[in-house]
Amino acid sequence: MQNTLKVKNPAHVAIHTLLIIGGFFMLFPFVWMISTSFKGDDEILTTSKEIVLLPDVARPDMLNSQEDRDRIERRAERQRLWDKEQEKPAAERDKKVRAPFKWYDNYVYAWKAQPFYRFFLNTLFVTITVTAVSLFFASLAAYAFAFFDFPLKDLAFMLMLGTMMLPQQALLIPNYIFLSKLGWINTYLSLIVPWLASAYSVFFLRQFFKQLPKDLFEAATIDGCTRFQFYYMVVLPLSKPPMVTLGIFSFLANWNSFVWPLIVTNDTNLRVIQVGLSYFSSEAGTRWGPLMAASTMTILPLVIMYFLAQKQFVESQATTGMKE
Amino acid sequence: MANKRNKDWSAYLYLMPVIVILVIFHVLPIFYSLAVSFYEWDLIGAPEFVGASNYLRLADDPMFYKSLWNTVYYAAISVPLSIFFSMLIAMLLNNPISAIGFYRTVYFIPVITSINAVAIVWNFIYHPDFGLLNKVLDIFSINPQTWLQDPFWAMPCIILMSVWKGLGHNVIIFLAGLQNIPKHLYEAARIDGASRWQQFRHITWPLLSPTTFFVFTISTIGSFQVFSQVYMMTPRGGPLKSTMVIVYYLYRKAFEQFEFGYALAIAFTLFMIIFACTLFNKLYLEKKVHYS
Repeated sequence: MQNTLKVKNPAHVAIHTLLIIGGFFMLFPFVWMISTSFKGDDEILTTSKEIVLLPDVARPDMLNSQEDRDRIERRAERQRLWDKEQEKPAAERDKKVRAPFKWYDNYVYAWKAQPFYRFFLNTLFVTITVTAVSLFFASLAAYAFAFFDFPLKDLAFMLMLGTMMLPQQALLIPNYIFLSKLGWINTYLSLIVPWLASAYSVFFLRQFFKQLPKDLFEAATIDGCTRFQFYYMVVLPLSKPPMVTLGIFSFLANWNSFVWPLIVTNDTNLRVIQVGLSYFSSEAGTRWGPLMAASTMTILPLVIMYFLAQKQFVESQATTGMKE
Repeated sequence: MANKRNKDWSAYLYLMPVIVILVIFHVLPIFYSLAVSFYEWDLIGAPEFVGASNYLRLADDPMFYKSLWNTVYYAAISVPLSIFFSMLIAMLLNNPISAIGFYRTVYFIPVITSINAVAIVWNFIYHPDFGLLNKVLDIFSINPQTWLQDPFWAMPCIILMSVWKGLGHNVIIFLAGLQNIPKHLYEAARIDGASRWQQFRHITWPLLSPTTFFVFTISTIGSFQVFSQVYMMTPRGGPLKSTMVIVYYLYRKAFEQFEFGYALAIAFTLFMIIFACTLFNKLYLEKKVHYS
């Protein structure tokens, strides 16, 4: 304990301070999102200037202000009305009397509004397939760009970069027409196949491969190592760090992709999570509580997965020093 | 020998999967789009050839210039801001301090979340009546603003949210670049009595330049294509069209007003602008990049 708390270098105090201030700005929107997701409308839609970090349910002993007391009063009234209504036979109940707010209500509301479990499975399947295959294809191409000389190399490279420059929105129309001719609209193929090649990934890996010592390649080829052997036995093992980093980027990009799946699928069974969220968003309007609950549900699996992959990811960063 | 290798087409075996998919789904549609940009077409009726008139109309369209200006404004503020802060944070994280993994995770969390989900969250933060931002400003006795509904503030609000969202991505890339710089160079510099600034100026900056070049190129391309956050946070181009960016304008022309020919003419003009910028980067800026 003593050791971990001991500050070895005064400059480190300044570094920690700066990083903590920055980290606070990074995280606070999420803290606010989660907090709001447990609040009732009467807690959220208040013009009070006070910043109430905790929802009522998490601070039963701190509800002391006039506003808090008014709210408790109104909630009790609503509870009374509700209880009175429950005493009547089901057929005679007034549908306009709403159930009193429970702390998990926003989540129940959001979860029931859309089949989110199905959206999660679809998204997971598409994302894993695209990430694995596109990484393999990109590493092959980047290897060629970094190590070989071949005809029209610069032109091929610039053309590949060029594909990143046209806004995706402009490709939607021709691709939609093409995919419908193939009969791929409303299939997993339309969500997967067009994204198995990524110019970004090739560019990214090429930058790393270029920093590998080229002498090694010359020496290995002279010793009779084939190009594919060199790729498989030298380049791939050395580039685990950038590959893991890129794999995570690719996973995120696909998990979060929105406009493309919106256009190429309209079957609820094929719907991915981001499209589901946007449907819910336009449906819920300004019901901030359920909206924050749905956002939290969309974000949470990624955060959990990120924490699981974290160790690998950090190692990948720590061992990037591949050069002597 | 070099000459012999130059005639070697077999490299294309390695490029084939990527090239086939890119050509089918990303290159051919470009040519198809280019052709359509010379037509007037609502996707239902027969396309009508109109020559260059879509492009001529563009040259006279004040909303096009407005959206181009807004896009340049967005790019010119958000790219340097993001590079400055991400490089700074990466350099802070590149020290042998405790809790590194924790900080790295914290700064990366906005990146892993979807733009849809965070746009919903920030919409609520910027809310004029119930939003967090006005509550925070109230502590410092600053008058509440209407943020996304205010023509002056709408774009800065979107820039702030975008920089916040993308920062961690660039931090990780810069960190990987920084860790590629051999440690012994810094040790040698310290022995020679170099100050921290001199170490940055003569070791970090030049050796990090391939990474900086990559981040700058990707960020510039990305910021010219900004769309989702604008679409989610300021529907219909914002107050007085103050957040009408170029991709949103083309989306509107295509999917709301069904002028596909004109929309694709906008797309091509944007493409040429981005291509010119990237070519300039590659030909001019990459000369200053230090590859080992």
